[in-house]
Amino acid sequence: MSTINKTIDGEEGATRRDFLHVAATGLGGVGAAAAVWPFIDQMNPAADTLALATVEVDLSAIGEGEAVKVMWQGKPIFIRHRTATEIEEARSVNVAELVDKQTDAERVTEGQEKWLVVTGICTHLGCVPVGTSDGEDKGEFGGWFCPCHGSHYDTSGRIRKGPAPKNLPVPVYTFLSDTTLQIG
Amino acid sequence: MKFVKNIAIALTAVAGLAGTAMGAGAAKHPMQMEWSFNGPTGTYDRAAAQRGWQVYKDVCSACHSLKYFRFRNLADLGYEEDMIKAWAAEYTVVDGVDDAGDPKERSGMPQDAFPSPFPNPQAAAASNGGAVPPDLSLITKARHDGANYVFSLLTGYEDAPADHPMPAGKNYNPYFKGGNISMAPPLSEGIVEYEDGTPATTEQMAKDLTTFLMYVAEPKLEARKHMGLNVLLYLGILIIVLYLSMKKIWKPVKEGKNFYE
Amino acid sequence: MAEWIDAKPKNKAAAWLEERLPIIGLVNNVVGVDTPTPRNLNYWWNFGSLAGLMLVIQIISGVVLAMHYTPNTLMAFDSVERIMRDVNYGWLIRYMHANGASFFFIAVYIHIFRGLYYGSYKAPREVLWMLGIVIFLLMMATAFMGYVLPWGQMSFWGATVITNLFSAIPVVGESIVSLLWGGFSVDNPTLNRFFSLHYLLPFVIAGVVILHIWAKKVSDSGNPLGIDVKSSADQIPFHPFYTVKDAFGAAVFFAIFAAFLFYMPNALGHPDNYIPAEPLVTPASIVPEWYFLPFYAILRAIDFPLGIPFTDIVFVEAKLLGVLAMFASILVWFGLPWLDTSKVRSGKFRPMFRWFFAFLVIDMFVLTWLGAQKPEGNIPFYGKIATFYYFSYFLLILPVLGKREKTLPLPESIANPVVKAAE
Repeated sequence: MSTINKTIDGEEGATRRDFLHVAATGLGGVGAAAAVWPFIDQMNPAADTLALATVEVDLSAIGEGEAVKVMWQGKPIFIRHRTATEIEEARSVNVAELVDKQTDAERVTEGQEKWLVVTGICTHLGCVPVGTSDGEDKGEFGGWFCPCHGSHYDTSGRIRKGPAPKNLPVPVYTFLSDTTLQIG
Repeated sequence: MKFVKNIAIALTAVAGLAGTAMGAGAAKHPMQMEWSFNGPTGTYDRAAAQRGWQVYKDVCSACHSLKYFRFRNLADLGYEEDMIKAWAAEYTVVDGVDDAGDPKERSGMPQDAFPSPFPNPQAAAASNGGAVPPDLSLITKARHDGANYVFSLLTGYEDAPADHPMPAGKNYNPYFKGGNISMAPPLSEGIVEYEDGTPATTEQMAKDLTTFLMYVAEPKLEARKHMGLNVLLYLGILIIVLYLSMKKIWKPVKEGKNFYE
Repeated sequence: MAEWIDAKPKNKAAAWLEERLPIIGLVNNVVGVDTPTPRNLNYWWNFGSLAGLMLVIQIISGVVLAMHYTPNTLMAFDSVERIMRDVNYGWLIRYMHANGASFFFIAVYIHIFRGLYYGSYKAPREVLWMLGIVIFLLMMATAFMGYVLPWGQMSFWGATVITNLFSAIPVVGESIVSLLWGGFSVDNPTLNRFFSLHYLLPFVIAGVVILHIWAKKVSDSGNPLGIDVKSSADQIPFHPFYTVKDAFGAAVFFAIFAAFLFYMPNALGHPDNYIPAEPLVTPASIVPEWYFLPFYAILRAIDFPLGIPFTDIVFVEAKLLGVLAMFASILVWFGLPWLDTSKVRSGKFRPMFRWFFAFLVIDMFVLTWLGAQKPEGNIPFYGKIATFYYFSYFLLILPVLGKREKTLPLPESIANPVVKAAE
């Protein structure tokens, strides 16, 4: 078999490296590569999924001290109408002592400090912490408590005790008005 | 090769025969119209599609659903987001249940489907003398020669021939299979007042509506034809290059060279 | 087996692997680029590798579609529309898969008829030929079940009609039909199992394709002259000669495929399949996909029972006879190596045979056309004639012709006429 190759390579070597053959091979390769993209891109979120990328929430129904859970992109979002005491508690914490060092001001919108909006997924292993609804265990710091492995979050959604490494993440959101919140 | 040619000629004759025989059907053959979306570079005439959307919204939507159409799709027809939001908000949609377990209603949003006029086929049949008005999302693809068919049907109502028996509550339309259609002539001059001031003749409305419905049935038509052009261009070049390359490679074979000596 | 594993790769890592698992040598020996191949293969020989390419395209696009499709009667149609409207490039992949099935069949039909003309089924290639028929039968089952998945009107009624064919089988027919359905009509259980099998069978096809290629390797490629390879002068290495020829053919074939995919993606389908399945309304005419039409025409042509004429004695009911004829029309191919008694392989040297073969090709087109017609007027009569010729070709003409026909003298060798032509 190697003799055959030698025959072709030896005598037709110049032909094989001919521009034409390189062009044909290259062109074919480029086409095949381009054809791969649609088969990869189809796995990205589809148009109907992207259309649900934002949700609007009516805040007027959430009384002071109450919280709600809404779904956004398949994830729970906690929206808490904080009392003055809770805001005060969140602000008075010594940031230097925190696991994930963030001030309360970094986690809320200026002028709308009473609204705390966080993604309700424990940063440890992805459970949903309790403490949103009335009567649920809010943990030692009055925020949320993750029953899976005992992580405690404060009234700013920051991790204070337990195995979770990070604060509850704050999603992208904007206030369309004082009573309408758009997440996403 | 002459032999192959003879077979080819015979086959063409058979195919021609088949073509003519297939054309014969029960209903009248649809009128052949010029459409902006025909041909290899066809696109949707945005102005016509927008007017068609108006006709659908003001006339057809009373009876016909359009369940695969989303308000957000209107952006493809050249509408601004604010306008789409406003239109969507005119409708009420049912979304989930409230804390009491009752269906919860909210105003429509761009991601919602266009609401159906009837909650289920039974309700549709009950309100329409037993005939369910078909969903129009795919109507131009679900009929032979769909766009021409829809246009012909909309403009083709006429008095039944004297010898044609008409059941009560039916209308005569030669383009409809059997001729007896439950739908009364839906379009009449001036039934819609176009926002762009185009005179709303029956023919104009039928044409606009067909363009809109074709868009709803095949929203990716423009992307498809555009990509097709690129693909064919690419393949054309590839064919030429491969052909030349092949001729060159095969030359020693044609000259009778033995590669194993 | 030794001859499969004697290749010694030069690359160190490859040699290390080869000592432990001689897979490189095995693959190289079966589909290796150096494989000596007859030097005179014409363009009709392109369609085997093309069919293979289409199988790959169908499997890739199909796996991708399955990521978005929902095999449930309430959601199947919607999920297909979602693919067409919302999934990124979903329209492209779905149209590719739908039209790809047609082009896969086009390639395979040409491949089969090439074999029929050049006598590719004759010794020593009988097993190669029969494996090909197995692939074709698997393709038909796969394509049929795939057409059911969008759950449109044609999907539903096609499934109903075809599964009902099995009810013609005496005694156990009805039980088999309800076994296929998983219920009392074509419904959700049917759709689910069809989806499962539609996903599975292409991989079975791929397995049989490997056997098909292996059998080709063992018995060597046939060639248009139908004479055996006599010396190395008759052969050329597969690469680069047939790789470039196959690539060129594929590019031309893909251009036609692309023309359909991008400019008339629904031309080969039926508009009724854009109407969601409605078990209470049968469409005006139920037409199978074009690639099933010849066999469908044979099924419909047999509308009479098998019995003793002018008596009431019936051996086989008309319905069963039709079904048997349809299956027999493909199964008869298995007998071809023995039915064709001619010593000469290639139709090129059989002047009489060429005419009968040409009529067979025309007959297939006529049957295709007949399959799409409503069985009214003269259509059933034409169907009987076309069906009669179809079976006559295999069961009467080929056995007799091989013994009677005066064939043309065969060339001395493959290389010889080629060399002469060049001088």
